[in-house]
Amino acid sequence: MTWLTEPLEFAFFRHGLMVATMAGALCGLIGVYVTLRGMSYIGHGLSHAIFGGAAASALVGFNFYLGAGMWGMASALAIGRVTRRRIIGSDAAIGVITTASFAFGIALLGLYGQVRRSIDAAIFGSVLGVTVADVWVVAGVTVAAAGVVFAFYRKLLFTTFDPEVADVSGVNTARMDALLMLLLSVSILATMKVLGVVLIAAILVIPPVVARMLTNSFARMLWLSTLIGALCGFAGMILSFHLDVSSGATIVLVGAALFAVVFAVTGPRGRRRAAGLDVHEAPALAGR
Amino acid sequence: MSLLRLEGVTCAYAGAPVLVDADLEIGAGDFTGVVGPSGSGKTTLLRAVLGTVDPVGGRIWRRPGLRVGYVPQVETVNWSFPVTVFEAVLMSRTTGRRLPWPSAAERAEVASVLDRLGIGGLGGRHIRELSGGQQQRVFLARALLRRPELLLLDEPTSGVDVRTRHDILHLLADLNQDGLAVVLTTHDLNGIAAHLPHMVCLNTEITGRGTPREVLTPDVLERTYGAPMEVLEHGGMLIVVDSADLATAKTTLSATGSS
Repeated sequence: MTWLTEPLEFAFFRHGLMVATMAGALCGLIGVYVTLRGMSYIGHGLSHAIFGGAAASALVGFNFYLGAGMWGMASALAIGRVTRRRIIGSDAAIGVITTASFAFGIALLGLYGQVRRSIDAAIFGSVLGVTVADVWVVAGVTVAAAGVVFAFYRKLLFTTFDPEVADVSGVNTARMDALLMLLLSVSILATMKVLGVVLIAAILVIPPVVARMLTNSFARMLWLSTLIGALCGFAGMILSFHLDVSSGATIVLVGAALFAVVFAVTGPRGRRRAAGLDVHEAPALAGR
Repeated sequence: MSLLRLEGVTCAYAGAPVLVDADLEIGAGDFTGVVGPSGSGKTTLLRAVLGTVDPVGGRIWRRPGLRVGYVPQVETVNWSFPVTVFEAVLMSRTTGRRLPWPSAAERAEVASVLDRLGIGGLGGRHIRELSGGQQQRVFLARALLRRPELLLLDEPTSGVDVRTRHDILHLLADLNQDGLAVVLTTHDLNGIAAHLPHMVCLNTEITGRGTPREVLTPDVLERTYGAPMEVLEHGGMLIVVDSADLATAKTTLSATGSS
């Protein structure tokens, strides 16, 4: 028991634990829509794009959330614009724009060594930099995301499952798409400090994939994925403390271990269910 | 009473016209089949009616407040999506109640629609765990839950067996008897189109319209399909055959006592 309570004696860890648990739940919740819509690649790409903004913000002493957030939204808009104009395909657009942004962050890292610590934390995740303000930010984003999913549950489900019929049935699918992109960007931004940009995509994908192996119902998948995400965040943080490994890495490793267990236990049925999730498919940003 | 009217409608994708100068009127209680070869503009015609494709020419008039139900081709459905039959049907109820879970009234309504379509008791099943006919009925149930006045179906019998095709056709005829206007597209001239009260033949432009007896003629069929076709009569029903297969068809039908 002391193994569990010992880390809680430290205030920074309590903050980190709260943020990681909420971040896991948030990513588990949003991840359901991300994986079912084949948007995993943009989740991965956006987290890398935001890194450039985080690096620039740290360098000029600008507010992390504002700087990285604006950068992320600008990247998302640029991807959408390039794709809509059919200059290049959406997957290529994500690849070019987000990796360029990531490379920009790395270049800053090389040029200005004094920001290295915060940049490392942004890449791999760290609990050391988590403040009370971060706890409130993640709590606010988690509650807001849950509220949006609750309020637009049916419309989001219809748009995700069958956008064409949802459109003719009176659902503003373009608005639902934009809402989901906004939720994804804000979620990445809010959880980046603890999870790190490199590993954030994993926690967007693993909980929903594990949940999918356990159920055939969308409603059950939604709360199971949220619960699994929270569990990964909580257990990963405790392990991170004892193993002295970065928080992002341990959270993802807990998720991967859980995936392996569920994969083995559910057998062919679970594998069949998860096979339908094309998590690497590039999204159709041009609109459906 | 007219529900919807297309006047000289032309639709194009990337500059290439796929539907040219189409006139079509759909009235309350109509039951129309749209036939034509692949790429003839059948789905585009449905999409123009639905309003998901903007015509580049002509105009579309819809009766204000018209409720339309749409059943897409089953080939377009993601069968791996985690959704039960109940969830798939209920998702079309997007107005009114905003809570994620259904009210008792909604549960009763979904159960009633499923019962009517002969798939009551399957609400908890995943959509992939159903037969082809049952899957088609799920999406029909979803469309009916919107209480439409006009039901549009894109190839509702593609990929199903003869028995299921027969069942779906009778189900649609029953719904039509209750006053629902039905428009469907089909490749199946003999199994579906010949049994409908009204047909529209399409090959980018409308090549014929009327009852099967008026439309299923060698002349209209050649204009529609671009190949010579013959029409035989068997037991009062019209049967369309490829001209190349005419001799074989006649032999087969004469063996079963046709005229």
